[in-house]
Amino acid sequence: MADFNVNIRGVGSVSVIDLKGYLDAHTAPELENAFNKLLDESQYKVVVNFNDLAYISSAGLGVFMAYVETMRENKGDIKFSNMTESVYNIFDLLGFPILYEFYKDEDDAITKFND
Amino acid sequence: MQSKNKKFKKELVVKSSTDNLAQIREFTQIAAQESGFSNENVGKIVLAVDEACTNIIKHAYKYSPVGDINISVRLEQSKFIISIIDEGGHFNPDIIPEPDIREYHKKRKAGGLGMYLMKKLMDEVKYTNLNENRNQVILVKYLT
Repeated sequence: MADFNVNIRGVGSVSVIDLKGYLDAHTAPELENAFNKLLDESQYKVVVNFNDLAYISSAGLGVFMAYVETMRENKGDIKFSNMTESVYNIFDLLGFPILYEFYKDEDDAITKFND
Repeated sequence: MQSKNKKFKKELVVKSSTDNLAQIREFTQIAAQESGFSNENVGKIVLAVDEACTNIIKHAYKYSPVGDINISVRLEQSKFIISIIDEGGHFNPDIIPEPDIREYHKKRKAGGLGMYLMKKLMDEVKYTNLNENRNQVILVKYLT
């Protein structure tokens, strides 16, 4: 029922994950699949674009926590971009800004990888 | 919206499948909106109820989709009260420690965040064991 979509795009050496709709305990496995696919392809530089994400619960946030260390151990990272204020507030409540990078625009996040 | 004197009660019973989270959120959203909460607070209440039901599906019913989740909401004197009852076996919230967020990220632990969020989002969170198998979590948000 829950309306959710994940799409992976390659932008140079960076993989961009576009999220759309509602990310909850029901749809989080789809995001896990996307991260597993990136690991299979040894893609560790990831930008998650939240532009079209309407909702996130802790099940969704847990996915990023589960994969971020693996990305960092392989000289990559998971960076976030284009988040609405309401979605950002949930990340903030759970202390993510201490340990993750947030960017207004996807391009800024991608550029950061290429620095 | 003038709704401080409004009194109502609504109920939703769904099976313990994550497939029903969208329906649970819609039910909660409409009830919170009708009670006169701001969009920001409606969002907080919806997320807290989602987290409570996700915990029930995961921990009380261990992803078995055949259990019942009974959600009733009522507005009483500016208190928006949500009662969520499951029959999935005893659950003791006291054994789940409040997470140190930094430690949490370090240890890659992805669970336990729901309870932490519920406490942050709501004014009151209370767990009760109704009897051997029935658990109740009560979430309260003040309509100020």
